[in-house]
Amino acid sequence: MKQLERARWRCRRGLLELDLTLERFVDEHYVSLGEAERRQFEMLLDLSDNDLWDMIALKKKPTDMRLQYVLSLLQAI
Amino acid sequence: MAIVTRKFDAVIVGAGGAGMRAALQLSEAGLKVAILSKVFPTRSHTVAAQGGIAAALGNVTEDNWHWHMYDTVKGSDYLGDQDAIEFMCRQASEVVYELEHFGMPFDRLDNGKIYQRPFGGQSQNFGGAQATRSCAAADRTGHAMLHTLYQRNVQANTQFFIEWMGLDLIRDEDGDVCGVTALDIETGEVMAMQARATLFATGGAARIFSASTNAFINTGDGLGMAARAGIPLEDMEFWQFHPTGVYGVGVLISEAVRGEGGYLLNKDGERFMERYAPHAKDLASRDVVSRALTMEMQAGRGCGRDADHLLLKLDHLGADVIKARLPGIREIAIKFANADPIRDPIPVVPTAHYMMGGIPTNFYGQVVAPYKTGPEEVVQGFYAAGECACVSVHGGNRLGTNSLLDILVFGRAAANQIIEDLKKNQHHKQLPPDATDKALARLARLEGQKDGENVAQVSDAMRKTMQTHCGVFRFPDMLKQGVAKMSDIAERARQTAIRDKSRVFNTARVEALELDNLIEVAMATMVSAEARTESRGAHARDDFPDRDDNKWLKHTLYFNEGRRLDYKPVRLKPLTVESFAPKPRTY
Repeated sequence: MKQLERARWRCRRGLLELDLTLERFVDEHYVSLGEAERRQFEMLLDLSDNDLWDMIALKKKPTDMRLQYVLSLLQAI
Repeated sequence: MAIVTRKFDAVIVGAGGAGMRAALQLSEAGLKVAILSKVFPTRSHTVAAQGGIAAALGNVTEDNWHWHMYDTVKGSDYLGDQDAIEFMCRQASEVVYELEHFGMPFDRLDNGKIYQRPFGGQSQNFGGAQATRSCAAADRTGHAMLHTLYQRNVQANTQFFIEWMGLDLIRDEDGDVCGVTALDIETGEVMAMQARATLFATGGAARIFSASTNAFINTGDGLGMAARAGIPLEDMEFWQFHPTGVYGVGVLISEAVRGEGGYLLNKDGERFMERYAPHAKDLASRDVVSRALTMEMQAGRGCGRDADHLLLKLDHLGADVIKARLPGIREIAIKFANADPIRDPIPVVPTAHYMMGGIPTNFYGQVVAPYKTGPEEVVQGFYAAGECACVSVHGGNRLGTNSLLDILVFGRAAANQIIEDLKKNQHHKQLPPDATDKALARLARLEGQKDGENVAQVSDAMRKTMQTHCGVFRFPDMLKQGVAKMSDIAERARQTAIRDKSRVFNTARVEALELDNLIEVAMATMVSAEARTESRGAHARDDFPDRDDNKWLKHTLYFNEGRRLDYKPVRLKPLTVESFAPKPRTY
């Protein structure tokens, strides 16, 4: 219950770049994600702002390669 | 609704740099500290600070705190309080070394000392050669600071309330502050957090403008709570605009681009900064460049169909330089402006960046207001630090790298003052019977509102009004209309309705409550700006282009009740040195 709202709130970040990118991602993709992918997204949200942004913008490799699919969606935003 | 009350020695609202620096000091002194944050602490907006921390360590070139003080007073356009500025600059080295001992990964010189780099507005010998004063951890200084302080707070047993939002201040009939009412965003639970000391460290509020570099969380919650509780807001007309935010989204394009040789163009392809600042050109100070962009657009030389932005060109630097030195900037331009700077210029506009005003405090972090007999009476039990506070060390205009210094110095100073004050006040004051009434009434109003206003639409109207009527350049008729428009919008904000009435993770409700706070900040800004008939620092009036020290060398105080204004003198007398008398501010 309220999974979408919870995810949306956790997209509130310290960097405006992330606020904008994650908000667009949730609007465009979240409802069509499967359970496993939603968990991947939550794991990405647990990263610190700069690390997450580097992975999205500078295409740094995630430490956990299982995150790559959702990350590729974020990179394409 | 039955309200749970919990008792703490100190409650802090906001877990950015200022809040966590204060929390650490208090927890290490053995006090029971609660710190509330809407988001996980290391995701506070402090994370966005790249430039560094100003401190006259003299590790690279000769330096001393007195020169730093001069730069800060001058930068403030003489509106800064010189006692507070001396206090801050004298303590700068100590708070930086302290942070180093906490484990902050500062960049190093070969000799092992903290590396320092030059930054705009810093000089040697009272306006002489460029000083080298900024201590940094790569371009991640804010990030490193937050992580360092968070780890130390966990060790010190600070109690974090994560995803909690402050709703309203609790003040008793003596005017003393006894705590804060707060909302658990996850469960919807409301709690009265009773405390012998309440510290606000809620950061900035530039989300009142359409073009803003601030993260979404920067909604001025502390200022809203303070204003509703009868505390004035100081110098709210002073907002720093960064000249190069990405058009339409606000994301910051750092000064580094112009430092590397990028420059601004108007629609005729003219490098217009040469006309406004023949020497410094595109590297002139932020307020000068922001005003130049605005004047170009007003003269019809803006770019695009609506002539509403300008272009930042850097393709002449070459693909190799851009990829090597500005990779982050390139990605931001591609993502948010759909422009690859290797080929295309970046569309930019002046963008609201930093709030110089805030909750009035002295340099001990105590909130002061003219509410009893004197103009600067201490509000017992109430403290503020960081961007939400107005000490005032930034006056009319903040210098880069002074904000991280501000949060360290005054986060710590407020905590030290709290430790002293709590030795005298051993017991909690009794909560007044109406302690939570104000917060519960706001929630009940929102709960019961039918056919009300849409939160997003009212927010949008507020942001557009602030941007159009109270932006970089201010015109008398526009300000006057702006006050009337904001009054209407504030009225609409009192009738917002939300469809989701549930308790768990009701983000629509949080956004409606945030709007209440933004409206207080916006109203204070518009009314204060309309009244100040001079140009000083970041406040630039078309009808009064000059600074007027005879009439306006004073701080504005805005009271939400009746939207009344009052003023108090600038503290021109430093603690130990001679006062810096106002001079024309030229760079």
